[in-house]
Amino acid sequence: MKKEPMISFPHLGDYYIPIKFLLTHLTDYKVIEAPPITKKTIELGTKYSPSFVCIPFKYNLGNFIETLEQGATILFQAGGGCRYGYYTEVQEQILKDLGYDFQMMTIGQNKIITLNYLYKTIKKLNKNISFFQLSYYVLLTLFMIHFMDKIDDYIRLNIGFETQKNSFIDLKKEMLASFSKTTGFFSLLTKYLKYKRKIKNLKINKPKNCLKVGIIGELYTSMEPFSNYFLEKELANMNIQVKRFTNASFLIYQKKFKIKKMQKYIKKYCTYELGADGMDNVYRAKFLSAKGYDGLIHIKPFGCTPEIGAMPIIRKVCEDEKMPIIFFSFDSETSEVGIKTRLEAFYDMLKIKKG
Amino acid sequence: MKNIKIGIPKALLYFKYKELWHLFFQKLGCQIIISSDTNKEILENGIKFSPDEACMALKIYMGHIHFLQNKCDYILVPRLACLKKDEILCTNFSALYDLIKNTFPTNIIHYNVDVKHNKTEEMAFIKMGKTLGFSKKESQLAYYYAKSRADLNKIKMLDEQKKLLQQKNLKILLAGHPYNLYDQFIGEPIQKLLKENNITLIFSDIYEENDLNEQVKTITKTNYWTYNKEIIAAIVQYEKHIDGIILLTSFPCGPDSLSNEMILRKIKIPIINLILDEADSNTGLITRIESFIDILEERRKRNEERTND
Repeated sequence: MKKEPMISFPHLGDYYIPIKFLLTHLTDYKVIEAPPITKKTIELGTKYSPSFVCIPFKYNLGNFIETLEQGATILFQAGGGCRYGYYTEVQEQILKDLGYDFQMMTIGQNKIITLNYLYKTIKKLNKNISFFQLSYYVLLTLFMIHFMDKIDDYIRLNIGFETQKNSFIDLKKEMLASFSKTTGFFSLLTKYLKYKRKIKNLKINKPKNCLKVGIIGELYTSMEPFSNYFLEKELANMNIQVKRFTNASFLIYQKKFKIKKMQKYIKKYCTYELGADGMDNVYRAKFLSAKGYDGLIHIKPFGCTPEIGAMPIIRKVCEDEKMPIIFFSFDSETSEVGIKTRLEAFYDMLKIKKG
Repeated sequence: MKNIKIGIPKALLYFKYKELWHLFFQKLGCQIIISSDTNKEILENGIKFSPDEACMALKIYMGHIHFLQNKCDYILVPRLACLKKDEILCTNFSALYDLIKNTFPTNIIHYNVDVKHNKTEEMAFIKMGKTLGFSKKESQLAYYYAKSRADLNKIKMLDEQKKLLQQKNLKILLAGHPYNLYDQFIGEPIQKLLKENNITLIFSDIYEENDLNEQVKTITKTNYWTYNKEIIAAIVQYEKHIDGIILLTSFPCGPDSLSNEMILRKIKIPIINLILDEADSNTGLITRIESFIDILEERRKRNEERTND
């Protein structure tokens, strides 16, 4: 018996909502997101991955195995400028060798994603789709991502100071649920404005000179809370204002326009681009120092080559600007307690420094 | 006229471009100083100045830069981002120049190749010549001279390696980045061990450049690292003429982690992947290599018996 076609994709923070929304509207197939990430996911992923590949590969592979077990037949994977662009083929090979029967689709393998390219990819799954239809839903999804990121930015700055526990998280969950039922631009905009007002009206108790910390580093560990052991939640519990630049809006469209500006800003340190997101993080280190932030947290998967290349430069920036910085590196064997202890020590240091 | 001392670290890209660099600077009349072979002191200094998780090859490179400090006027640190359209190099090579500049307070001479942004090797060398105070014509001539000589040398090496394929004893392809294969600390001990066991060594950095993309496609369709594609092409070219393959990787090499996985899954002849890091003792390696040689010998015997039957 041939299985009913079902599309699935790996997790990346809350972005499963816009991705699911997009794929549902572009194809006639059923779309499911991978089951939520658990310890089991990363165990599965690690078991079948090459030994010293970076941790996002292992999470993605674990996601794929779990979702294939749920009956998915078409898998989507994206790509980027570092090792990420080569994930698709290796993961496909590993899963096929494990005996799974599926079709692998990919967007953006070390290439710039254009609408035309996307159209060709989707056309393989849905012959009836028109270019207009595709553009419409892609744009709508981009807006959804943009709104989500805007709300997230606000939440990160303020969640550490909420007077009622979980008020932000609960409202955000409600918002995401309503976003997934979007019907068009107007409905999306009204939803966004409604929840923006609601979230801004939540009571906070924020002192003027609160501790401010910036999170910089690699994209997957920045955006997938499970992979950084819920670092942002930890920081919120410590009553810290958090700023993070890396999000889907930045990677998809903002980065292109900012590269020249960033390069100029850090001319003293970098003559050239460092590859992948290395240079961005050098820029952020300098930018946040100038903005009066109290500390920086740099996170990355173990062995992330672009970030390793950028780290000595980031360290130099921080030395020059007298900015405290702590480096975290995540692997499947990273101990949660170790991270917590180091984070607490960092927090104490920042507090004493601030006086 | 001028007597500029150029220091070249004997690590990373040195093993790929040594002829080109040598001839270019010689032709311009510069003096060349090459750091000594990697030794314990260089490695230890390298570890001191590198991020913890950098690959062993990069750590060694940092050690060589440290060695050359105050011994020359300029140290050559190339910045290579993209050599062919739609391909990239490991991001370490794009970051190399800025990385060294921010770590060591020393004079650096560099050149930048980024084909994607229309910066070819020729232009880069001319620009480098200009910073040293030579005219465009002088540098251009020196580059053409060096490039053609280096290319000729490559052809000669290929011919010699092809002759080796005719030999009757066990033949093993040592596959990996040149900076791993020929480094005094990474590849040399392994080369020595294999030669002691009367094995003919074939090297993956000597290969035929024609049809490279077609050959790579038989193993992987989307690989985009130029240096890894070269390794894969070499494997495809020699696969039928050798008994086994040893894949040499320095821990934790980014591109190799995925590229090797693909090779290991697709290649059908005996193959092992040796991963080296600075904390390794050689005993484990020796045991693995010796047992690999035993397997190859046994396999050959069986094959001969089968053909005799």
